[in-house]
Amino acid sequence: MSAITTGRGPGSSSVTEAARNRHFGSLYSRNVRAVVARGLMATKSSNWMVMLSGFFEPVLYLISMGVGLGAIVGSVQGPGGGEISYAAYIAPALLAVSAMNGAVYDSTWNVFFKMNFAKLYQGMLYTSLGPLDVAMGEIFLALLRGLMYATGFTAVMGLMGLITTPWAILMIPAAVLIAFGFASFGMGITSYMKTFQQMDWINFVMLPMFLFSATFYPLSVYPQYIQWLIQAMPLWHGVELLRQISVGVFTPATAVHIGYYLVMIALGVLLTTGRLRKLFLK
Amino acid sequence: MAAHQSRPSSAGSPSAAGAPQYVITAENLTKRYGDVAAVDGISFSVPAGEAFGLLGPNGAGKSTTMKMIGGVSERTSGNLSIMGLDPDQNGPEVRAHLGVVPQQDNLDEELKVRDNLLVYGRYFGLPMSYLKPKADELLEFAQLTDKAKSKVDALSGGMKRRLTIARSLINEPRILLLDEPTTGLDPQARHILWDRLFRLKEQGVTLILTTHYMDEAEQLCDRLIVVDKGRIMAEGSPASLIREYSTREVLELRFGSERNATVGAELEGIGDRLETLPDRVLIYAHDGEAALEEVSARGLRPVTSLVRRSSLEDVFLRLTGRSLVD
Repeated sequence: MSAITTGRGPGSSSVTEAARNRHFGSLYSRNVRAVVARGLMATKSSNWMVMLSGFFEPVLYLISMGVGLGAIVGSVQGPGGGEISYAAYIAPALLAVSAMNGAVYDSTWNVFFKMNFAKLYQGMLYTSLGPLDVAMGEIFLALLRGLMYATGFTAVMGLMGLITTPWAILMIPAAVLIAFGFASFGMGITSYMKTFQQMDWINFVMLPMFLFSATFYPLSVYPQYIQWLIQAMPLWHGVELLRQISVGVFTPATAVHIGYYLVMIALGVLLTTGRLRKLFLK
Repeated sequence: MAAHQSRPSSAGSPSAAGAPQYVITAENLTKRYGDVAAVDGISFSVPAGEAFGLLGPNGAGKSTTMKMIGGVSERTSGNLSIMGLDPDQNGPEVRAHLGVVPQQDNLDEELKVRDNLLVYGRYFGLPMSYLKPKADELLEFAQLTDKAKSKVDALSGGMKRRLTIARSLINEPRILLLDEPTTGLDPQARHILWDRLFRLKEQGVTLILTTHYMDEAEQLCDRLIVVDKGRIMAEGSPASLIREYSTREVLELRFGSERNATVGAELEGIGDRLETLPDRVLIYAHDGEAALEEVSARGLRPVTSLVRRSSLEDVFLRLTGRSLVD
């Protein structure tokens, strides 16, 4: 089919020929790492303060709520039924929030800017990259940020003496899973956004999710139908998953939480790739 | 795909003597946005190594055609084959052969000048061992060597354009798509660019070019199509188009804006064709000086007169009209 490409073209070297004779899909060129490498190179010169603020936000919550409010609350009942300090109760929830924030920031505001102002993806899609390479690369970058926040936050938990079991180290990969779910969806949703006002809707969804997803108190305080609503939201599954891991208590619900995120990731990647294709290959 | 497979498989080798090997073939290419046909059934073929121009007013469908060739816009109907591949089915593979200079620079503002080239090369899956010397070579080519470590937004418009062109060459493309490459550049920058493009053509790179500048098209294009409202109005080399759609020379007369409109009748019969514009009267004639003598012989005294060779601009305006299209 590509007979015309077999002869070496004018001025072409064997290296550029080799790069052309790779196996390509119609939407994918197996080159996610080039998109990731670009992101890392760009981060070197980007605004570190923005990144740091995303890390400190949950830490500040942990200190004010966990230490401050925790002094009044005392100890509460943890996932296994055992008594744990209030700070240890909310810390895994805040870690889930931290993973969500990192992933959502990267996959929404950053992507919004690159899509509408920097015209970055238009440039990328005029190369042999496919939309799937771009989507996966950007999502991976969001995960990397989620991983950094999660590792930092887990370290803070350790320093505050809130880690009591070796299982807690698993909170880091679990946080990355949570970040993956939010990043894959965030990028797809951002592709529908055209103005800054619309971007504010993302905060409008995230803030209540942060406050009400059993982050600071158990789900049982709500009437049944509110509980169902919260249980449909992704953050609640993340909060519950990390809370279980933090004390090393695993139940069949653990698998449900993980499954929720696996489905969310799959749907999110499908949505994002489809949207990028629609936007840039129309 | 059947149409593409039926092409002789020897197309890429020198053994296909005589018969031109086409790198781009479009048949009845059509792109509709809703009810509007941006490209309305155009057909053309471009042999390897040719500089092929798409001329047309704004909204004629030039950029849409470029996007379809680049595999970043799916056609509505018709056939399109780039290096024997269908860009809608094999987007990444087709684009591996292309270099693209879009209408608006979309350089990576977060990266430095040289890094722009390196990162763009990585998108094509090229190794760093190849890219580092290649980036330096291209910076030299674009006369940006001393800006290698600058930020992109510190560059002038001309420098950005040159960097965009250098970037498009990082994968040693067989086909270079240039969408209005010199719009917004000063004459010096344009001439440098033309020189660079001419050198690429000498190396056998196929150039596909859209432009609003007729002098640019005459300078660079071996062959071109004039497109209007998504259809091909004319096709040929600049010289043959001038022969076909204009005369050898044009006599431009100015009688003052009130008189221009009425003098037409008195000029009847001079030259092959007469065109009255608000500011001047154009007489298309094989011999402009002879036409001017005839004008004097009829006792007409224009304020200014000018005899010039016909240009592609005359052809363009004749084919696409003088009224503004938006």
